[in-house]
Amino acid sequence: MTTVPTPVRDIAKVVRSKNAGPFEITLDIIFKSKEDYEAVKKSGVITRELISELYNVPTQAIITFGFFDLVNAVKITLPRPRVQGGVGETDMHAAQQHVPLQEIRVPWPA
Amino acid sequence: MVASSNDEIRILTPSGMLGYGFPLDHFRLGLAQKPHAITIDSGSTDSGPQKLGLGEMTCSREAYMKDLEVLLEAQREARVPLLISSAGGDGTNLHVDAFRNMIAEISRRRGWRFKLAKIYADIDKAHIARELELGRVEPLGPVPPLEPGELQAATVVVAQMGAEPFLKALEAEDVDVVVSGRAYDPAPTAAMAIRAGFDPALAWHMGKIMECGALCAEPVGRNVIGYLRHDHFEIEPLNPGERCTTASVAAHTLYEKTHPFLLAGPGGTLDLSHCRYEQVSERRVRVSGSRFDPGKRYTVKLEGAKTAGWRTIFIAGARDPIFIGQIDSILDRMIAATRAYFSEVPEETYRIIPHIYGKNGVMGDLEPVKTPAHELCIIVEVAAATQALATAICGKARTTLMHAPYPARIATAGNIASPFTPLEIPLGQACEFNVYHLMTVDSPTALFPVRYEEIS
Repeated sequence: MTTVPTPVRDIAKVVRSKNAGPFEITLDIIFKSKEDYEAVKKSGVITRELISELYNVPTQAIITFGFFDLVNAVKITLPRPRVQGGVGETDMHAAQQHVPLQEIRVPWPA
Repeated sequence: MVASSNDEIRILTPSGMLGYGFPLDHFRLGLAQKPHAITIDSGSTDSGPQKLGLGEMTCSREAYMKDLEVLLEAQREARVPLLISSAGGDGTNLHVDAFRNMIAEISRRRGWRFKLAKIYADIDKAHIARELELGRVEPLGPVPPLEPGELQAATVVVAQMGAEPFLKALEAEDVDVVVSGRAYDPAPTAAMAIRAGFDPALAWHMGKIMECGALCAEPVGRNVIGYLRHDHFEIEPLNPGERCTTASVAAHTLYEKTHPFLLAGPGGTLDLSHCRYEQVSERRVRVSGSRFDPGKRYTVKLEGAKTAGWRTIFIAGARDPIFIGQIDSILDRMIAATRAYFSEVPEETYRIIPHIYGKNGVMGDLEPVKTPAHELCIIVEVAAATQALATAICGKARTTLMHAPYPARIATAGNIASPFTPLEIPLGQACEFNVYHLMTVDSPTALFPVRYEEIS
């Protein structure tokens, strides 16, 4: 089957970021179907190492990383780049930190 | 009062947040199901540390009054407990009393009477300091260990209560309304179900879903009703245009949580990794298989924030491509010139932080796109020891940026476009979360006093 590199935003149902308390940020990728989820999981593209690179976080600092079959979702929780709402805050709710995930390219049927 | 039957308890939650408003027609549909309680949460750390730091509330008093009047009227009609948790957002004693006063004001105006139970959640700092010395206070997640100095710097410290203080408050006869200080969001719903003898694991799981209103529905909504039975619960949004699906309900526990299946709360951890989700009608989902591990120790989450200086900002637009092409070096020189001018102020006592929208204002160093847009919004944030000093530093930074020369400059009359006066905008005190720790307790209720009052 011919595949083309396709951004996650064209595949997933939900790609989002949000505070999980004032000291953590959590990122969810939820897929439209079990088939899409399994295909992305099998591609091996989304890894701890990739997240470490995209979010400038050492792999050992990643709090949660996993493919969760029951919900057809990838969940990633990281230490917040700065404590929520302090001086220098750019995103109080951490609601717009998901874009690097959207742009991940996965081999996908053309 | 509707007694919960032996085989089902129904809980109505009109919204994920008191003060955001909710559709009344759907709320009425919920009341028609004869719920055994109405629960609504008011708490969140999400909108920032200034609530705990400065005593602010999440929503306006006007917004709370509107929602409270609807809820109190429904309580009178349905004769079932109305449980409101985490008053004002932070759940401090100050805001429990503020909610009490709003309820009293509405009751006076409408000629209503209520038996009110108030549960307080401020924790004495001296008590926390003693527990800290005993090694019973630990960081929660990527948080530094609690230093006694930081504890003292916090304006106020609250703890998230579990279900037990609600159970205690409901021991008195004919309590109409419970207003609590900081609580774990699912606690009011869980308490009602546990009180009626249902499985705590299912009670917590249903509470966990309902504390967000109908966020578990597609599309997301406000009013939601839960039906808890002995070996499962069912969840359904009250807006006929929304539906719960197995996917939407299962995925809901991802939201704002560190882990999708392991949810730690006061008194234990909810384990959802073995749950079963079934579509029982087009709009309703049945959930079973939730587990609850009580853990070895009972811990509560402490939350506190301190003030951290005063802030002033200026906002500037930039459109000139010659200027935009050099934005980083121009801002570096602006900061250096401002710091040189204020050489008498110790360097480490103030900060100058540019936010460059159109370049990396949202993601900062993590921004993957390196080319700036054709126009920028530059917000310069200054934090200093006093408002006057923050404004003075901010003013110097702004005028420096306005008139600074830069290589190849041909627009010599001014570098930035200022949209508003005041050109320097004072923001008041900055705040910072500095307590976010778990404390081991001997009793789940001892830290959370219950007070009763007849409101008329």
